[in-house]
Amino acid sequence: MMLTVDPRWNDALTRLPDYLGSHVRVSLTALALGLVVSFPLALMVKRRPLARDIVLGIASIVQTVPGLALLALFYPLLLALAGLSLNWFGVGFSAFGFLPSVLALALYSMLPVLRNTITGLQGIDPAIIEAAEGVGMTPRQSLTMVELPLALPVIMAGVRTAAVWVIGTATLSTPIGQTSLGNYIFAGLQTQNWVFVLFGCAAAAALALAVDQLLALIENGVKRNSRMRIAVGCIGLAALVAATLMPSLARARTSYIVGAKTFTEQYVLSSLIAQRLQAVGLSATPREGLGSAVIFEALAANDIDVYVDYSGTLWVNQFKREVEPRAKLLDDLKATLRDRYGITQLGDLGFENAYALVMPRKRAEALGIHTITDLVTHAASMSIAGDYEFFSRPEWAALKSAYGLSFRQQRQMQPDFMYAAAASGDVDVIAGYTSDGLIAKYDLVVLSDPKSAIPPYDAIVLLSPKRADDKKLRDALQPLLGRIDIAAMREANLRAAGGDNASSPDAVARWLWERISKR
Amino acid sequence: MTDAFPSIAYANVGKSFERSRIKAIDDVSLKVMSGEFLAVVGGSGSGKSTLLRLANRLIEPDSGTVRVHGEDIRHRDPIELRRSIGYVFQSGGLFPHMTVADNIGITPRLLGTPAAEISARVDELLDLVQLERSHRDRFPHELSGGQRQRVGVARALAAKPKIVLMDEPFGALDPLTRDALGEDYRALHRSLGLTTVMITHDMAEALLLADKIAVMRAGHLVAQGTAKDLANSGDAYVGELLNTPRRQAERLQDLLPKDGA
Repeated sequence: MMLTVDPRWNDALTRLPDYLGSHVRVSLTALALGLVVSFPLALMVKRRPLARDIVLGIASIVQTVPGLALLALFYPLLLALAGLSLNWFGVGFSAFGFLPSVLALALYSMLPVLRNTITGLQGIDPAIIEAAEGVGMTPRQSLTMVELPLALPVIMAGVRTAAVWVIGTATLSTPIGQTSLGNYIFAGLQTQNWVFVLFGCAAAAALALAVDQLLALIENGVKRNSRMRIAVGCIGLAALVAATLMPSLARARTSYIVGAKTFTEQYVLSSLIAQRLQAVGLSATPREGLGSAVIFEALAANDIDVYVDYSGTLWVNQFKREVEPRAKLLDDLKATLRDRYGITQLGDLGFENAYALVMPRKRAEALGIHTITDLVTHAASMSIAGDYEFFSRPEWAALKSAYGLSFRQQRQMQPDFMYAAAASGDVDVIAGYTSDGLIAKYDLVVLSDPKSAIPPYDAIVLLSPKRADDKKLRDALQPLLGRIDIAAMREANLRAAGGDNASSPDAVARWLWERISKR
Repeated sequence: MTDAFPSIAYANVGKSFERSRIKAIDDVSLKVMSGEFLAVVGGSGSGKSTLLRLANRLIEPDSGTVRVHGEDIRHRDPIELRRSIGYVFQSGGLFPHMTVADNIGITPRLLGTPAAEISARVDELLDLVQLERSHRDRFPHELSGGQRQRVGVARALAAKPKIVLMDEPFGALDPLTRDALGEDYRALHRSLGLTTVMITHDMAEALLLADKIAVMRAGHLVAQGTAKDLANSGDAYVGELLNTPRRQAERLQDLLPKDGA
């Protein structure tokens, strides 16, 4: 009862057709591709021990690569291929979302199918195969009438394992731009929306079970020679695909795609942008939970239309340039984006979301620490926590070299948990974000950076090359520029991290719009 | 005239395995006359199974020729050749996922015989091998060893072959079943006018069922002929093989009247 009245529940339900549909499409396509490649491969190598060992070896190695890493690897690989294809044949393709996900997942599905097909065929009594030959079967007849039917239970077990793996792993395709049930999980984790996380897990599990049972029904039908069962199983799978295709076909093709990275503020801002577009009658589709590098390349490749990035992130991390004074950096960045990528920097939103070293206020006061310089003498006995990318970012290297900082221990954490960890004393210092509302909530203080080692991080709105001259889009977003100050953004972020009814990114974005449009 | 014609004729046939290291068959010449029941006797590794498989091209010879009904089988399509020759496998060799009826009807089905015809033929064959028709829809694992072998015989006869090859067909059966099945098959062999080649390691079985016996040892054909011919053979190994059934027969002769009395 509690759940049904929670608006997050309704929010999750309204997203289901889109997320589930995309999930079914990407995982079943990957599974089909995996089967189409694995079966003939298994039949080809079954009587060649060397080739068989090589194929199984490669498939096993692929399997040991974590799913997320495999998906992440396919993105740059396809990006490079797309570039080559564009150069050589004049035809490019999108390296974003569907294609890399399908290829990575198909690869992932191959081991169980290959291994079970080979094992199943090898496990057949040689006397039976000789009998097939002896009664006058051709090799093909022996395969289809005797060997495959006998190996079927083992083969189908492999197919079902592959299906469950692929459906589970497909939740990880969200960061490379493929909408999936993983969107619930990534978004929920970032915005502390546990209803979403649970919903995503449950939906993925239910889908995996359903597909597994339909495959079991088909297997049973083949074994018992029951056309009925086979038909019901096939119709079930087909219905699943058809049902999930409908919403995406019905969706308008001219929809603007609004990107968001993997943290709370980005979810709120992408909702805000989508709401502004919808307010002027444009349709908008969010594409959330994208990695920093993925989202920029996707914008440059016109795979998404608009998103919010931060000047310092692009300048230092993406372009590997030296830190410059704030205004000059913004101008140079704008020129670089336009000249090298055709990307339009529409303007800044009015706040900065910089990395900053943050610690509990009381402790800082007790130790007399106000700036990073003050921190240096204490650092050797302190631990520091940062998000998953901070310690490999150039800002961290710059901080260390500018101040000669050296901590006792370094830890990586889910960003939303860092602040609580600092407040509770689990870590002494965190590399937080200046716009994070949790700084005020946990009574933390931002240490100033007198040597300007950390670049400015103005939030800027970027438009894809193909939307450069889109007046409607520009006009719709104009009211946001320069209007969101750090206090408004911090409060919005705090609300979004609240974990209560009003904390969905959509609700917070509406609140934020009300607040900034009143002035 | 036709009786004088050999159904199967091996001429100087040789076959090696594992890159010529093992000579399974060495320069064997042998004729199986039409209507004859030939038993090939030998220990394991004697080459008797290879000899059988050469007749329907499950194995190709390295040297020499094999003729079936006068024709060099190198010039025959191996698939078509196998479909024209019945083959009974050791312990049945039935397809475990097919019913009795499907197993029996497999070769006619491969030959494209209409389903109704196959069905009628299956009933006919079940009668012939003395299995109840109610066994049609059973699976091999639901049958006894003897019943499975009867199905194996029915399957071999399904496409009305003139030649039947049998690979130790009754070896795994209990003595009573084995005797009954042997006698039943011998009757079929005669009534259907078949030419049969049966592999066995059991000389007693060979003597009781076959018209002629060929003895294989280490890839060589050491003797061939009727039981009498073998008894007159000077070969020590043949003598040894004959000794066992002879001794058994004598002991039984001594023992049984007492029992019966």
